[in-house]
Amino acid sequence: MSDALLTVDSLSAFYGEAQALRDVSLDVAAGEVVTLVGRNGAGKTTLLRSIMGLHKGTRGSVTLDGTSLDGKSADKRARLGLGWVPDDRGIYATLTVAENLALPPVVDKAAAWSLEQIYEQFPVLHERRDFPGTKLSGGEQQMLAMARPLRAGSRLLLLDEPSEGLAPVIVNQIGQIIRDIKAQGVAVLLVEQNVKFASTVADRHNLLAQGEVVESLDNAEFQTRTTDLLEHLGM
Amino acid sequence: MTQFLQYTLQGLAAGGFYALAALGLAVIFGVLGVVNFSHGACYMLGAMISALLLQHFGLGFWPALVIVPVIMFVIGVLVERLLVQWLLKLDPLYNFLLTFGLTLLTVDIMKRQFGVSSLKYEVPAGLTGRVSFGSVDLSVYQMFAAAFAVLVCLAVWMILTKTRVGMIVRAATEDPERSRALGINVARWVTPVFGFGIALAGLSGVLAAPYRAINADMGTNFIIILFAIVVIGGLGSILGAVVAGFLVGLVEAYGQGYYGQLSQVLIFVLMAAVVLIRPAGLFGREEAA
Repeated sequence: MSDALLTVDSLSAFYGEAQALRDVSLDVAAGEVVTLVGRNGAGKTTLLRSIMGLHKGTRGSVTLDGTSLDGKSADKRARLGLGWVPDDRGIYATLTVAENLALPPVVDKAAAWSLEQIYEQFPVLHERRDFPGTKLSGGEQQMLAMARPLRAGSRLLLLDEPSEGLAPVIVNQIGQIIRDIKAQGVAVLLVEQNVKFASTVADRHNLLAQGEVVESLDNAEFQTRTTDLLEHLGM
Repeated sequence: MTQFLQYTLQGLAAGGFYALAALGLAVIFGVLGVVNFSHGACYMLGAMISALLLQHFGLGFWPALVIVPVIMFVIGVLVERLLVQWLLKLDPLYNFLLTFGLTLLTVDIMKRQFGVSSLKYEVPAGLTGRVSFGSVDLSVYQMFAAAFAVLVCLAVWMILTKTRVGMIVRAATEDPERSRALGINVARWVTPVFGFGIALAGLSGVLAAPYRAINADMGTNFIIILFAIVVIGGLGSILGAVVAGFLVGLVEAYGQGYYGQLSQVLIFVLMAAVVLIRPAGLFGREEAA
């Protein structure tokens, strides 16, 4: 695809001798939400870490908006527009909520959300702005983790299991936030085990099993085949 | 009561040296992931250089308070650039061994040059003697040392909490990898932070010079207590290092005052108790343990 924002081409990753990813190729267009679905150990998080430049021992190439990320450090990749939202939320305990938001350097002034925009989208962060980051509830921490790269002006969020461990009502809220982010033109590469949740927010899906993309489908197809796919993945 | 107040002041003064040095150890560990075994040797160098400045250049305590941290910062930057940086990508054990080796080297060079007997240093004019508060009389220098250490810790705390640089150092201390993923160029802060940590150890040595025995071995016991402090405070916690530094200074002073030889044991009993109850240390986060 020529209009892809993020292109991953034949990416393989290794842990010593063991191969965690085999020739994974996928792409994400601007303003598109694309998922990686698969069971534990399928390589989803390794893929996100490899794209971010945090995993040592990868082969293949990653391109963001025409710029090759290969060989670039994680901080350089972040400054080129990748937004990191890890599965543990990655909130700093020693920083307040406001400091957590202010920490990442602004990478794109035009795309960066203002603090007012952030607090309008996430009112609870405004209320808790002087609290230590980890004094927030799980759902609030997830919101803070997602708000952080938006504040910096990231163009693509690498979003790892945002629904994990959250109450259904909060998961719905997170889903709405992802749709809002998308409406603003920000792309999302979403790792999810919650297939139902994934189908409410995503445009396309990549099924990952044993480090390989076994199937890529659009959301309509994904919804009609959910049961069959789950069985296929052993989820 | 008199004794208690005297021990408390002694403890706060000693705790001041510990807190300053432990603060340096904590930021170095946080940002670089290096357990700097040479921190005790840097404390010793701080005191030795103070004594040598006086002996050879007639520069007393007040100039030393400024000059020594600058010299130690430069030494820290050189050691980081020439040696430490090459091992950062390997297992942290390699830098631990490197700094252990540097410690042996430094201590032996100092022994060869200056022997094992202590160098002379005096309490600076104006800070000598004792002041009486009713029935209690306290050493002026100890009061100064305790107050000065508290002020420096406060100043460092202000930098850490009120500036963007401080925010980046705190974030990098908490999790260097995550900070990189959020766009922080952690590598840029590695050299100045290492130099800064070493400078704090040196400053601690200057403060100790007027009333501790200055010799090549003075850092050997110091580093062991520093490690205990970092464990008590919580590895990677800056606030923990400072609080535990003063706490251990107090425990040591009360121990010496009331139980004599038992004081060192008390520090490690405290450490064992803290580790049993809170494995991550007083201010450490559980997941860091």
